[in-house]
Amino acid sequence: MARSNSMQLKMLTTVAAWSIGLMIFFPILWTILTSFKTEAQAIASPPLFLNFDWTLENYQVVQERSNYMRFLWNSVFIAGGSTLLGVLIAVPAAWSMAFVPSKRTKDILLWMLSTKMLPAVGVLYPLYLIFIELGVLDTRLGLIVVLMLINLPIIVWMLYTYFKEIPGEILEAARMDGATLKSEIFYVLMPMAVPGIASTILLNVILAWNEAFWTLNLTAAKAAPLTAFIASYSSPEGLFYAKLSAASTMAIAPILILGWFSQKQLVRGLTFGAVK
Amino acid sequence: MKLKNTLLAATALSAVSALGVQADVITVATVNNGDMIRMQGLTDDFTAKTGHTVEWVTLEENVLRQRVTTDITTKGGSFDVMTIGMYETPIWGANGWLVPLDDLSAEYDVGDLLPAMAGGLSHEGTLYAAPFYGESSMVMYRTDLMEAAGMEMPAAPSWSFIAKAARAMTDRDNEVYGVCIRGKAGWGEGGAFITAMSNSFGARWFDEDWNAQFDSREWSDTLNFYVNMMNDAGPPGYSTNGFNENLSLFQQGKCGMWIDATVAASFVTNPKDSTVADKVDFALAPDNGLGVRSNWLWAWALAIPAGTQQEAAAKEFLEWATSKSYIELVAAKEGWANVPPGARTSLYKNPNYMAVPFAQMTLDSILSADPTNSTVDPSPYVGIQFAAIPEFAGIATEVSQEFSAAYAGQQTVAEALAKAQAITNEAMEAAGYR
Repeated sequence: MARSNSMQLKMLTTVAAWSIGLMIFFPILWTILTSFKTEAQAIASPPLFLNFDWTLENYQVVQERSNYMRFLWNSVFIAGGSTLLGVLIAVPAAWSMAFVPSKRTKDILLWMLSTKMLPAVGVLYPLYLIFIELGVLDTRLGLIVVLMLINLPIIVWMLYTYFKEIPGEILEAARMDGATLKSEIFYVLMPMAVPGIASTILLNVILAWNEAFWTLNLTAAKAAPLTAFIASYSSPEGLFYAKLSAASTMAIAPILILGWFSQKQLVRGLTFGAVK
Repeated sequence: MKLKNTLLAATALSAVSALGVQADVITVATVNNGDMIRMQGLTDDFTAKTGHTVEWVTLEENVLRQRVTTDITTKGGSFDVMTIGMYETPIWGANGWLVPLDDLSAEYDVGDLLPAMAGGLSHEGTLYAAPFYGESSMVMYRTDLMEAAGMEMPAAPSWSFIAKAARAMTDRDNEVYGVCIRGKAGWGEGGAFITAMSNSFGARWFDEDWNAQFDSREWSDTLNFYVNMMNDAGPPGYSTNGFNENLSLFQQGKCGMWIDATVAASFVTNPKDSTVADKVDFALAPDNGLGVRSNWLWAWALAIPAGTQQEAAAKEFLEWATSKSYIELVAAKEGWANVPPGARTSLYKNPNYMAVPFAQMTLDSILSADPTNSTVDPSPYVGIQFAAIPEFAGIATEVSQEFSAAYAGQQTVAEALAKAQAITNEAMEAAGYR
């Protein structure tokens, strides 16, 4: 009886998990399917699921109209650069907060997180003027710095939580063995926190890749990443859903593939520390 | 063809460098629509003629508006040419944010621009943006459904005829709705339509002292007429329908009539996307016997932000893109039905273009729209579906949200109008108009 109940519970949770997973994935699946339809099929009512004439025309049009590789390279550079710079700054910050806390550490952590609650548009004009003054408008460097600053609170928080899991005695032992601060962080702390650091990097690459407010507002022709590539296919006058879906699929494909290959590390990292 | 164009461009670049003419790179911000995308594809012709190269920034209309506004108000210099509309041009021109276009070449022939377009893109008689294409609004209707309803569409219908025909054409069991009209919130969506419609009912946004007029009988008549007609003969959920939603319904054969931008004519008559392409005809936007029709006027135009480092090259581009020879280039490569309409008088004297089914009605619609005299009673503003003051976009977006809530049945028409009156008067007082 108990075994039967356990089986039923397992089946129920499996069905629930698959249902939730499919619900989350459905918009992406629909976007991918729409990208293979004609514009007329994309707006057909009732909607067409699989029974339509599949076409690659939208991908061809998008390839002809836009320089996809330039947008892609900008996205890779900006997402990768901002994450690496963020981790470089966040590792020492999280180390000091986790192992040498002061009585204000908790307040600082909460204050850092509170900056995420400020509506971005509230600082658009000041930041835009600063960018003009510094000559970094429409440059990858400018965006790397901004996205790093935006995601820094999350990186510090995540690393702080992972570091707190590591016993301080291990670091003390390293110090007693003569390890310098640099050696302590690079050769003792970081190898132990690899899953946490890896998931922090992955999550921040995804956040930076998907960031659309600053990447649209601070770029023009040179540094525009894939978010601008997608925005260029939306139109208030005329049918555009199929081409927009093709552009969206091309924009999310690299990050989907990255997420697919690194899902083990991502899940392991996320359940190991910050959000467990 | 692409290789040939590239070779031409390369040859031209070499030639201009040999002659010592400076070849610049200009950045053009534009919207994603068929005419603009076509222009991007023809940029090699501009490069071949001038040696300058173009970098395109294509964005969705609302994103573009926000992006170029931020850039021009901060003198960011991200763009050398901007695509802006009839609403922004006179305001930005008055603020000194745009380069005045008072020295365009004789070959460009400024006098050939349609007067309504040139007027709407000027401030105190100075042109600040060159129209790339212009549009008005008109009735697009299904000839087969009209015939089945036993009615005949006049060339210049009244609102009472439209309502009667809409009810007669409606067949809800077969998902055919007599009339499809925008109801979506937003000053450029449902807000634009209801404002243009209200003009024909004798309503206006402001009296001559900038007092809101939503408490007038004319506004009440406009909104009640619209809501009653749409509830009887409109598609379900019309309060959330904008241009694209109605385009989709019409192309699928679900609308008897669609009153919207003249640019839609080329979409609904295109057999590739439209199932009713061979059953469509056109008429002027309706009136109410008061001497003002309910059609609007809009132009997407090219302007040069003041302070650009590439003013000369930007002006060359602007002249190329809005010239007579550009129209001929498009006609030669893509056919006359695809040339940018509504900007030049000479286009409507060209027999090749006038053979296009919707050409005459588009011209008639544009010519019947007067942004400087858009209301029955006098008003202090310029504009038909908008008032060309900086505060309008914000106010009209809020007002149209109240109207959409009334269309959706979330409040009464009287409640929506009372809120619109309060919102508008409060905003105008805060802005110092009252």
